[in-house]
Amino acid sequence: MTATPTAAAPFTTVIGLEVHVQLQTRTKLFCGCATTFGAAPNTQVCPTCLGLPGSLPVMNRTAFELAVRAALALGCQIAPFTKWDRKNYFYPDLPKGYQISQFDLPFSSQGALEVVDPKGALTRNVRITRVHLEEDAGKSMHDETAGTGDTRIDLNRAGTPLCEIVSEPDLRSPQEARAWLNELKLLLVYLGVSDCNMQEGSLRVDANVNLHIPCDGGRIAKTPIVEIKNMNSFRSVERALVYESARQYEEWQATKAEMGKTPKQTRGWDDPAGVTRAQRHKEESSDYRYFPEPDLVPVTVSEEWLAATREAMGDPPSVLREALAATWKIPPYDADVLVNQGRELVAYFEDLAARVGEGKVASNWMQQDVLRTLNERGGSIDDFPVRPAAVADIIGRVAKGDFDTSRAREIFAEVLASGRTVDEVVASMGIAAVDDDELITLCRELLAANPRVVADVQGGKEQAAAGLIGQAKKKNPNVNPGKVRAMCLELIRQM
Amino acid sequence: MQPSDMSAVDLVTAVRHGDLTALRATEAFLERIERLDSQINAFLSVDREGALRTAAAIDEKRKAGQPLGPLAGLPVAVKDALCTFDQPTTCASKMLAGFRPPYDAEVVARLRAADAVIVGKTNMDEFAMGGSNENSAFGPVHNPWDLTRAPGGSSGGSAACVAADMAPVAIGSDTGGSIRQPAGLCGITGLKPTYGRVSRRGLVAFASSLDQIGPMARSAADCALLLETIAGHDPGDATSLESPVPPYGADLDGPLEGVRIGRVPAHFGAGLCPEVAHAVEEAFAAFRAAGATIIDIDMPHADAGVATYYLVAPCEASSNLARYDGAHYGHRAEPGGHRAEPGRLHPVEPGGHRAEPGKGSGASGGGFESALVEMYCRSRAEGFGPEVKRRIMLGTYALSAGYYDAYYAKALKVRRLIRQDYLDAFEKVDLIGGPVSATAAFKLGEKSGDPLAMYLVDLYTVCTNLAGVGGISFPCGFTKGGLPIGFQLQAPALAEPLLLRATDRYQHLTDWHRRRPAIAARPR
Repeated sequence: MTATPTAAAPFTTVIGLEVHVQLQTRTKLFCGCATTFGAAPNTQVCPTCLGLPGSLPVMNRTAFELAVRAALALGCQIAPFTKWDRKNYFYPDLPKGYQISQFDLPFSSQGALEVVDPKGALTRNVRITRVHLEEDAGKSMHDETAGTGDTRIDLNRAGTPLCEIVSEPDLRSPQEARAWLNELKLLLVYLGVSDCNMQEGSLRVDANVNLHIPCDGGRIAKTPIVEIKNMNSFRSVERALVYESARQYEEWQATKAEMGKTPKQTRGWDDPAGVTRAQRHKEESSDYRYFPEPDLVPVTVSEEWLAATREAMGDPPSVLREALAATWKIPPYDADVLVNQGRELVAYFEDLAARVGEGKVASNWMQQDVLRTLNERGGSIDDFPVRPAAVADIIGRVAKGDFDTSRAREIFAEVLASGRTVDEVVASMGIAAVDDDELITLCRELLAANPRVVADVQGGKEQAAAGLIGQAKKKNPNVNPGKVRAMCLELIRQM
Repeated sequence: MQPSDMSAVDLVTAVRHGDLTALRATEAFLERIERLDSQINAFLSVDREGALRTAAAIDEKRKAGQPLGPLAGLPVAVKDALCTFDQPTTCASKMLAGFRPPYDAEVVARLRAADAVIVGKTNMDEFAMGGSNENSAFGPVHNPWDLTRAPGGSSGGSAACVAADMAPVAIGSDTGGSIRQPAGLCGITGLKPTYGRVSRRGLVAFASSLDQIGPMARSAADCALLLETIAGHDPGDATSLESPVPPYGADLDGPLEGVRIGRVPAHFGAGLCPEVAHAVEEAFAAFRAAGATIIDIDMPHADAGVATYYLVAPCEASSNLARYDGAHYGHRAEPGGHRAEPGRLHPVEPGGHRAEPGKGSGASGGGFESALVEMYCRSRAEGFGPEVKRRIMLGTYALSAGYYDAYYAKALKVRRLIRQDYLDAFEKVDLIGGPVSATAAFKLGEKSGDPLAMYLVDLYTVCTNLAGVGGISFPCGFTKGGLPIGFQLQAPALAEPLLLRATDRYQHLTDWHRRRPAIAARPR
């Protein structure tokens, strides 16, 4: 079976996403245990997150605030009154036998996050059904090395705050779904809500997808909705959705099965094989027996608190892009690239642009030099050894004509590699400003040694002077090629 | 006077003044436990060494001139539903047999900090579910007034040990009457505080929105002493109240002039034993004589109390008890018949990865899943007694899709009406009086075959919990057969000072609370 998207698919793909993000709190949602990733199993636990008899939850206000921040940035309505509910089910990594979640009164609902079509052609408003807060479960790990076949439970993660963001089925292509996830992740990282690290499980995505297929007589056939799980990167999400739409179309052609006649199917994405596989059908639909959590009190949200939270939140990426383009007079493309790298990089850029005084020059340096080398090196912009002052210094010397841009790049690279100051590097590379007398002497020598070039220029072929620049650089690497050319032409004219 | 004859207030005063050592006081009660408890079965565990060590340390402290806590040297028995890090906490269930929590309940921690001496953990109905103490996995408690009768429940062990002078005071918990009813049937004084007045942290949950810990003692004055230590805000319990703790003991024995006590005529219906009715009316007369005004009031939704309670409580219990699944601690049925190593996280049966953490899993298919479900089912089948299973099933059913609105949601609505009844009543009166239970102590085995009859023993007590207000029960007479009869007073939220003051006043005018069962008489 092939799963390549056709240029003009004979159907519309309808996608809704359900995203779980771990909030960036130091401690868990209902106890004081640390949430550090990668600690030895069962070392970040206490009676509450172990579900021991008599233990009680107490809400972490920071988690609530982070979740509200996310919901506000997603344009959601914040409920003035919200409560907790218990979702009951048995599993060994759920030590209480219930998860504390939010059922009928989530703290927020009815938001939206726009996605710009990757080609920039179309902006789509994707509605957010609800955002709610809940606690994470632990992890079950099959111990294969021990050879015992035991499943081990690590409860370090149990009780970690999770924000669940549910979208309406407003996305219309796998590519769009991926772009939307990128925007969502960027937003959450900007707000300090989550690090959104998919490898560490701090962002998880499930996708609901079906097809709307136009039939004869204008009727639209809707294929059964499939929920796809186990996608561990945004790329996997896109691939899984591409595969699944093609699979559903093929299945529809064979069976004509439509939505509503069968229960919602769950399929797992097998990344190496590049296919979705049906997961075992549950014999009966789950009944979680939700009811209000009696161990916690409802949360009331005041307008004042909400205003303060909004105030402290900072601008979301979409606002920042426009602000950056307007303030520094850079093209929207540049603003997009910079903002998509995160808040710290934007701060670096703004520092640089302010020093340089020219947004576009600073932006070019950011993209061609800073970002490229940062990507090669890895790590965060805050740890990047060449600070904005040094970059501005190099750019300033280019503007003064001390050296050209290609020389400036060498200096930048050397400052980065050696960790020395711009002055030290310039000195060590023997770079010194060539004064005019020196330049005249050098050019006179060149002209004397190259009578043909002189003749060609006099004959009208000014471009022949370019041949002198290489020679000039050999004699003195510090000379500015533009100045050499200009001086040579001037001297020839005076002949 | 023997320490076991002294009131708690006198005991701590004597210890503070050096007239009695904590060790002597503790030994006296341990001696009585040793002599009497084989007949009563009030204790599930007695920490003789720990208690003597603590008592000796308190005496050392006093000798060294260090300040003593307000309960210094006072032996306290604690219901086995409260976690103690140094003693087993079983909730009288096979499920938690031998379980040692790694922490103390907040109330236990406060008792220790007040220099009380915890002598042992008392018997109870399994997971506090029951009104006779017959649901204990470790045998019933026998009523000290008649060993063939039930002490009531679920805090039957706490009530019986105080009645038989095996402890001067005890800690109980009350979800639908579990302090007040056994206090009434055993002839002692028991207070269920306002919901949230005492921290529930470390109390093994039965029904979280109803559970409340309270003192059980021989008098209101002794209850006041104990309540002063255990009450107060706990940031570790989100439902705990922030209101400051008044000096309950200092406010006792005030006049009752002007206090309005409500009397509910419907309480005196056909089900009420005439001897009980008579004693209760006599108590009203005594209050009237003490200056109180008795006003007949109506509690229009009280009829629905038991039905409402038996939906709300089992629903919460079905969820609260889900954690006892054999996976992490407690009883686990092993396929090979052997138990997992105690004190370690149990390994789980062989099997695969879980596809999606944080999501529910069906109960079918796959070797791992079916072995897991079998382990759950067998562990819970073996670990829980019949009444606990009955309530888990009731609650699971009432919360299920399609039944939630008809049962749980409706019960919550009625609960609001009952709460409103109390608010309306407390516009007219300061306290509501009446019987604690319809009869005096019944025979062991008399109701144990009839769950519905057993549920009706909570008739007069469940509404207090549904409304979240406070209630106290104390003896107001005896049957011809010599069994104590209890009187109940209920008060608005946080009116514990008035509850205690009225009871104390009554206990200055009467001596029902001073009577001791024959078994408690010291050998000559």
